Amino acid sequence: MMAAPVLDIQNLSVRYTTERGNLQALRGVNLTIPEKSIVGIVGESGCGKSTLISTIIQLLANNAKITSGDILFKGESLLDKSEKQLRGLRGTEMSMVFQDPMQTHNPVLTIGRQMIDIQYRDPLSKADKRQRAAEMLTLVGIPDANQRLDQFPHEFSGGMRQRIAIAMALMAQPSLLIADEPTTALDATLEVQIIKRLRELQAEIGCSILFISHHLGVIAELCDSVIVMYAGEAIEQGSVRDVFHTPAHPYTRALLQCDPGNIKEKTRNLPTIPGEIPDLVNLSPGCIFQSRCAQTIPQCAVAHPEFHTSKTGHVAACHLLQPEVQAQ
Amino acid sequence: MEQTLKTRGETAQIFHHLVRDPLGLVGLAIVSIILLSALFADQIVPYDPVALNIPDRLQGPSLTHLLGTDQLGRDTFSRMLMGGRVALQVALPTIAGAMSLGLLLGMIAGYGPRWLDNLILLFFDTIRSFPTVMFALAVVALVGPSLNTVILVIMATSIPTYGRVVRTLTLSLKSAEFITAEKALGATNSRILGVHILPNVLGPMAVIAAMDIPTIVGLEAGLSFLGMGVKPPTPSWGSLLNDGYSLIRNTPWPIIAGGLPLIITTLGFTFLGEALRDVVDPKLRGRGGKK
Repeated sequence: MMAAPVLDIQNLSVRYTTERGNLQALRGVNLTIPEKSIVGIVGESGCGKSTLISTIIQLLANNAKITSGDILFKGESLLDKSEKQLRGLRGTEMSMVFQDPMQTHNPVLTIGRQMIDIQYRDPLSKADKRQRAAEMLTLVGIPDANQRLDQFPHEFSGGMRQRIAIAMALMAQPSLLIADEPTTALDATLEVQIIKRLRELQAEIGCSILFISHHLGVIAELCDSVIVMYAGEAIEQGSVRDVFHTPAHPYTRALLQCDPGNIKEKTRNLPTIPGEIPDLVNLSPGCIFQSRCAQTIPQCAVAHPEFHTSKTGHVAACHLLQPEVQAQ
Repeated sequence: MEQTLKTRGETAQIFHHLVRDPLGLVGLAIVSIILLSALFADQIVPYDPVALNIPDRLQGPSLTHLLGTDQLGRDTFSRMLMGGRVALQVALPTIAGAMSLGLLLGMIAGYGPRWLDNLILLFFDTIRSFPTVMFALAVVALVGPSLNTVILVIMATSIPTYGRVVRTLTLSLKSAEFITAEKALGATNSRILGVHILPNVLGPMAVIAAMDIPTIVGLEAGLSFLGMGVKPPTPSWGSLLNDGYSLIRNTPWPIIAGGLPLIITTLGFTFLGEALRDVVDPKLRGRGGKK
């Protein structure tokens, strides 16, 4: 008997009301994060990664509306909860690390004050809270934590600030940590350090992590399973091993070919996927990737593909995976 | 240096950097002298500022009367000191009131719903459409001249100055990533406003307040000059100027006693404001050559 997954997103659709009309930012996304696992989301800019996170923490923009689906957090729907209940969950049960560490701290307060302040729910003395803040800083690998607490955000480097952000997010030992491209603004050396630290912390605290990135190498390094998103749809999902070694969807294959890490020959031009992301206001029928796909079949233009199981057992939304097509 | 700074509190750090800036040091010195002389005016004044002494009228400066006497024989130096007290009695409560109300309304406007924002802006714009002096004259003509009337009128017309700046700062802070991060960590609206937006707004507010004090002192002097401020015989820099104006053929000293402190006050608070601007932002503190 397995416990309820930490996060279970079912058939989620979100649309933005814009001047040009309704923009279908997410369409029928399914996502499950089991306990103590690290799930990665990968996709190019504008594929709906950020909308998905904002929907999970229920901090969507005013012009956004959830049109279908449900988000279950530990078996309970987040959409039924009041603003007050949601606030009670944020920071304690689920918390978040943002992309740009230079912007995630209040510039006029010392790190110590901010770290003490976020513990306002705990009935501890100020000295105890400070002690805990120092422990968390040590845990994420910041030396001299006690002196460091009295410094302002600008006195830290980018990598340190991101580690502080992680320390703050993990302070209440949440069940789910959402990391929105936490290493994109950092250089490669720091990226490796942060990833390593995240893995250790995840093992230590026992939380689940939803890790968003467009860096395929980082996802492969860190995550247990991965979801590939394209233009607002989850088009392929499965374990990192299956998806990266035997990609089933043409988009995933193209994406992997574009990864500079996979290029063997010297070249002046990095490979790209020709074409552009389709307009999400006026959606054409059929597969969302058909305009850029090299292997289209007549069916792609008319029918939206269902999820099919690939040879290795993970799922992808592509007509080519249908048994009848495979047989030809 | 780092070690010594770490043990200091926030206020001590600001002070520390303020006195290391020549502009700040001069400003702070002038402002302290003005504040102290106003506070202890009762003890310092050599003569009763309202006591008449007709035989000694219209004297020039001497050791007995440092700045001479006016047409009623009152000691000009004593009247100047007491005038400073009146000036600050008006300026400080006015600033305090206008700043608190401006902070409150500005943060509500910037953070609250759009309709409330529009309502508060309408209120600000209505107030700002009155020219302060004209408005003050009209009110004084209606309810009669008194210090409290002057304070209330100037306070009311100063609220939008603060409110608009606070609103703009709050609007830009509202969408800052660290506020989103706080929300994602479950902070309530009051916590975001009180703990995160307020400290970010207070620095610029302190700078505006320091710069605004001379304006208000000038306004009070102007109204008193027109006889709409403090009632005679209470001395004010404005009424000193008015007395001196009519005596300009006999003696320049009352005009100097009324005008010079106005200039010095303006300079002192402006210097202090300029220096504060560099100091209140922790990022700029201790940078920029002025070490």
